[in-house]
Amino acid sequence: MTLPKVYIPTLLRTLTGGRASVEVEGTTVRQVIDNLDRTWPGVRDRLLENGKLRPNISVAVDGEVTPIGLIETVGPASEVHFIAAIKGGVPAPNPHQRL
Amino acid sequence: MKAQEYTVVGTRPIRHDGADKVTGRALYGADFQMAGMLYGYILRSPHAHARIRRIDTSKAEQFPGVKAVVTADDFPEVADRMVDLGEGDTPLSYARGNVLAKGKALYKGHALAAVAATSVHVAEEAAGLIEVDYEVLPCVLTAPEAMRNNAPIVHDDLTTKEFGEQTGRVSNVAEHFRYAMGDIEAGFARADVIVEREFHTATVHQGYIEPHNATALWNNDGRILVWCSTQGSFVVRDVTACLLDVPVSRVRVTPMEIGGGFGGKIPVYLEPVAALLSKKTGKPVKIVMSRKDVFEGSGPTPGSYIKVKIGARKDGRITAAQGYLAYEAGAYPGAMVAPGAMCIFAAYDISNVVIDGFDVVLNKPSTAAYRAPGATNAAFAAESVVDEIAEKLGMDPLDFRLKNAAKEGTRRADGPKYRRVGCVEVIEAMKDHPHYSAPLGGPHRGRGVAIGFWFNVGMPSSCTISVSADGTVNLVEGSTDIGGTRTSIAMQAAEVLGITAEAVRPTVVDTDSVGFTAVTGGSRTTFATGWAAYEAAQDVLRQMKERAAKIWEAEAASVVVERGVFRSGDKSMTFQELAGRLDQTGGPVVGRGAVNPRGVGGSFSGCIADVEVDPETGKVTILRFTSVQDAGKAIHPSYVEGQMQGGSVQGIGWALNEEYYMSDAGSMMNSSLLDYRMPTALDLPMIDTAIVEVPNPGHPFGARGVGEANIIPPPGAIANAIYRAAGVRMNRLPMNPPAIMQAIWSQRD
Repeated sequence: MTLPKVYIPTLLRTLTGGRASVEVEGTTVRQVIDNLDRTWPGVRDRLLENGKLRPNISVAVDGEVTPIGLIETVGPASEVHFIAAIKGGVPAPNPHQRL
Repeated sequence: MKAQEYTVVGTRPIRHDGADKVTGRALYGADFQMAGMLYGYILRSPHAHARIRRIDTSKAEQFPGVKAVVTADDFPEVADRMVDLGEGDTPLSYARGNVLAKGKALYKGHALAAVAATSVHVAEEAAGLIEVDYEVLPCVLTAPEAMRNNAPIVHDDLTTKEFGEQTGRVSNVAEHFRYAMGDIEAGFARADVIVEREFHTATVHQGYIEPHNATALWNNDGRILVWCSTQGSFVVRDVTACLLDVPVSRVRVTPMEIGGGFGGKIPVYLEPVAALLSKKTGKPVKIVMSRKDVFEGSGPTPGSYIKVKIGARKDGRITAAQGYLAYEAGAYPGAMVAPGAMCIFAAYDISNVVIDGFDVVLNKPSTAAYRAPGATNAAFAAESVVDEIAEKLGMDPLDFRLKNAAKEGTRRADGPKYRRVGCVEVIEAMKDHPHYSAPLGGPHRGRGVAIGFWFNVGMPSSCTISVSADGTVNLVEGSTDIGGTRTSIAMQAAEVLGITAEAVRPTVVDTDSVGFTAVTGGSRTTFATGWAAYEAAQDVLRQMKERAAKIWEAEAASVVVERGVFRSGDKSMTFQELAGRLDQTGGPVVGRGAVNPRGVGGSFSGCIADVEVDPETGKVTILRFTSVQDAGKAIHPSYVEGQMQGGSVQGIGWALNEEYYMSDAGSMMNSSLLDYRMPTALDLPMIDTAIVEVPNPGHPFGARGVGEANIIPPPGAIANAIYRAAGVRMNRLPMNPPAIMQAIWSQRD
């Protein structure tokens, strides 16, 4: 079975035994993070704060930063990247819609 | 729609706001007047770093003509909390602190208090009577100094974050992140040539001609009405509401015409202060910054310290690249180091990469975006090293870039793989351009090239279109028009409706009158608000097909529309004819479009610069300059060319002259346009342009967004041209005459 491939940010690899990428079940970004955390405890806390993506982190699915964050659909062949969010005046998602 | 079928997209209609602009009738924020209006003046810190022991406003309040004085204590009392103002969560105290300082002044020019009076002169004189008791503290002005262990600490409560981990270390480094892929050590081990260099770039300002301004009325019904110059009226609404602790529905923001922004008119400085003064006086209050205020009290773009190391094989393939980027955030966290890191090697297909980014606070104004924020600094460094490697390998600099160019499927260091992009096409267009092979024609002359990438963004936009009985339409949108976007948006609606661009009347309206629309920035407006207009126009067509079907007593599904003509069987009607029959067939037709689009297409840009360096003075003259950029589909080619020329000129100014020249005490010594030297038409040749069109498959018309990528390559290209003209590799911006002479003398020694 093909599973979404999650690329682990360099500074989080201490939590994943040095792995740069892992395959994880999930059909949304939130499910992927939950399942990552089951295998590698602590990942969720590094990515989320109060149930939302941390303000300095964005998620890209299949090469594009998603505007809908944790509820973005993830396919079985998808690539998921967590990257530093753009800050400092570069437009960020509408705060009322950030999930 | 197929590209060859376009009748409006790709043409060059006259801009809708042209007549008002050239006749001086367009209304800017400083033109705004209301009955009983008062004038505000901001008192600013003379010190770059000082504890504020006490502010005594009593003498100012007594001054004749003064109606109110406010300080940070006038903000509603609420516990500090994290707030999201559209740029990521930040402590409320930081967000308020940059508007009116509390506890400490963090840079010279930091706003401390504001006076409202019957004239701006009265307000200014009264502000001089405000007594501030300071404890002056040592200041820190560059990223490398601020990162030292013994550096003065700007925020006592700021600790370094590392990708979600709070390290607990109190320091001036707000954040450290790293992008890495492949095996960097193995990559360098395979290299035949390795070049490692350090670079410094100065703080520069966007240099928009219209200063910040805002008028606010805290109305008797509790609503706060704002008129201002901004790139994002909804950002002003949300930030003003947050800082004043009122719901967003209590704030209405009307964007006036805007005299430039380039990223610098996204942050909010004056609006909450004018609102506080209005609340106290019951009158509308207008505040307009002076040029000195703009330089010292708004947001320039970061200075930076960058290290770049690149290795390549003899065959010209890059094997590894490493970057270290420390960017000056200014007084509060949020330097544009993340986009700098995303873009520094983005033009190349490199398997082994490590990039470290550091967001560093220090005692300069809190920085803001500036056209491809963060990427120009990074490209200056990377493109200088790329050029040096090509030279060491004996390769043509464009051939070297072509051999390593990013393409569809290339993975960037921050992770995502490119979809269809035009990097190769841009480099090939540079090679094919007559400029690249033209003789230089004299001594002390050199030619340099560089390329750059900006990813562009999408984000929410809204539009409505109402059909008039004469067959024209009114298009209502929320994107403030900085670079001709009224027209580029209107053209996309016109293309769908099958009418002329002139038959669309675009209007930029206030925040009560259109759905949420994100800022004009990130090269998003023609892409995203244009997409909203496309959707609104499609909605209009759907409704008008139903009307045609009703008139013809036919099924709506049988009605087709092509180039503004509706047909069903042997019956047909033009858009204009049908528009005249709407009232009799069910009433007005209003289409709506609201998007938060995906499919964003990044843009590559390159430039060729010819310079002459005076060996006696170090003065650099730009002899010829060509900008090349992938626009996707150029919706309005004249505006694309204008963006390319504007970005190129700003990049040339950044390269050669512009800088915040700081005293050791943290004062900007050149805070006027006389001393802060931006290039003028007299300094430069005509900037030649070559539009490359690799359509973005993610957009209905293939648009990518062109406002930013063009500023990225000029400093690198000019540095490389200077090397060929004068024999010195420059590692510092600006490359002004003193810097060039110093480099020449150092080489002689």
